[in-house]
Amino acid sequence: MGELNLEQVSEQYYDVLKELGNIGAGNAMTALSQMLNCKIDMRVPKVELLEFNQVGEAVGGDEQIMVGVFLGVEGDITGSMLFLVEVESAKHLIDKIMPGMTQAGTEFSEMELSAMQEIGNIITGAYLNSLATITNLTIFPSPPALTVDMAAAIMSVPAIEFGIYGDNILLIQSQFFDEVEIDGYFVLVPDIESYERILSSLGISL
Amino acid sequence: MSEVIKVGMADLKTCLPPNTVTTLGLGSCVGVAIRDTSNKVGGLAHVMLPDSTAIKNSQTNIAKFADTGVVELVRQMEALGAVRRRMVAKIAGGAMMFATSSKSAAMQVGERNAEAVKKALKELGIPILAEDTGLNYGRTVIFNPETGDFVIKTAGKGEKVI
Repeated sequence: MGELNLEQVSEQYYDVLKELGNIGAGNAMTALSQMLNCKIDMRVPKVELLEFNQVGEAVGGDEQIMVGVFLGVEGDITGSMLFLVEVESAKHLIDKIMPGMTQAGTEFSEMELSAMQEIGNIITGAYLNSLATITNLTIFPSPPALTVDMAAAIMSVPAIEFGIYGDNILLIQSQFFDEVEIDGYFVLVPDIESYERILSSLGISL
Repeated sequence: MSEVIKVGMADLKTCLPPNTVTTLGLGSCVGVAIRDTSNKVGGLAHVMLPDSTAIKNSQTNIAKFADTGVVELVRQMEALGAVRRRMVAKIAGGAMMFATSSKSAAMQVGERNAEAVKKALKELGIPILAEDTGLNYGRTVIFNPETGDFVIKTAGKGEKVI
């Protein structure tokens, strides 16, 4: 594989990928707003071809401390999926689910971390399910893994997978917020061969 | 005025005192800091992958790989007057950011990166004075070629100098 040259991905394909990001994130947002019982909006998703040194900046800054939930994706589509939220936003999300149980400051208790992992699990599940439905492809997410760390360190995980193929990373990114401002990102990073499968499942040939 | 030179992911830079050189948020990547202990010519590489020979695509950035990145950093330092037999190294990074059952080979890339960097340094005859590698958290590093201090900052796991 690897015939697909990321630099030559045309505007049309970007639009298709953007639309998939839109649908996936839209479903994830619906799941999240049902869980939290509040309204959540999202910005128009971005599909970006980035150099490796730009990935931290793309999700809020290299050293920005984020809560990251990571899922490996297997099946017809392989790759990884990340759900990233800033620490304050994560606290806010957890507080909505377990009111009064969050501790102040930037540290997370075990219970807060498992609540966050569950939030990540439910909404990335909604994202990937809608993607599977629309493409008619099978997608099996791994159990979620969680970390609280610098954005660049978290993003190095998908970046390394792209490093095998070239010097850029293609991200489908959606940012969301509610009335109290939850800053978060979904980052879907399909492996390079999955792009061809995604596009051909939608009747688009490269 | 001293300057802090920034090295990105899959990037490398040389550095002369009084400047320092930094890379932010090393995850599974490895930061390799080298200096000539006599004339203080230094440099830092931020490598992502262990082995360039495992990759078919030849037109890629050599700073990305442990084997080619370390050799290139040493070459650039030599161009500035550094001498290899006086060089010493310190390394950091190579974490496993997420503990997951899936994709075990890909997840262990941090460990493989650290091994590949050690191998490349050994082949060049450059001793490793200190390392802070592995575990499961990200690191920001700042290298001072004047003193050889390698400052390692983390998110909630403290700060140290190796």
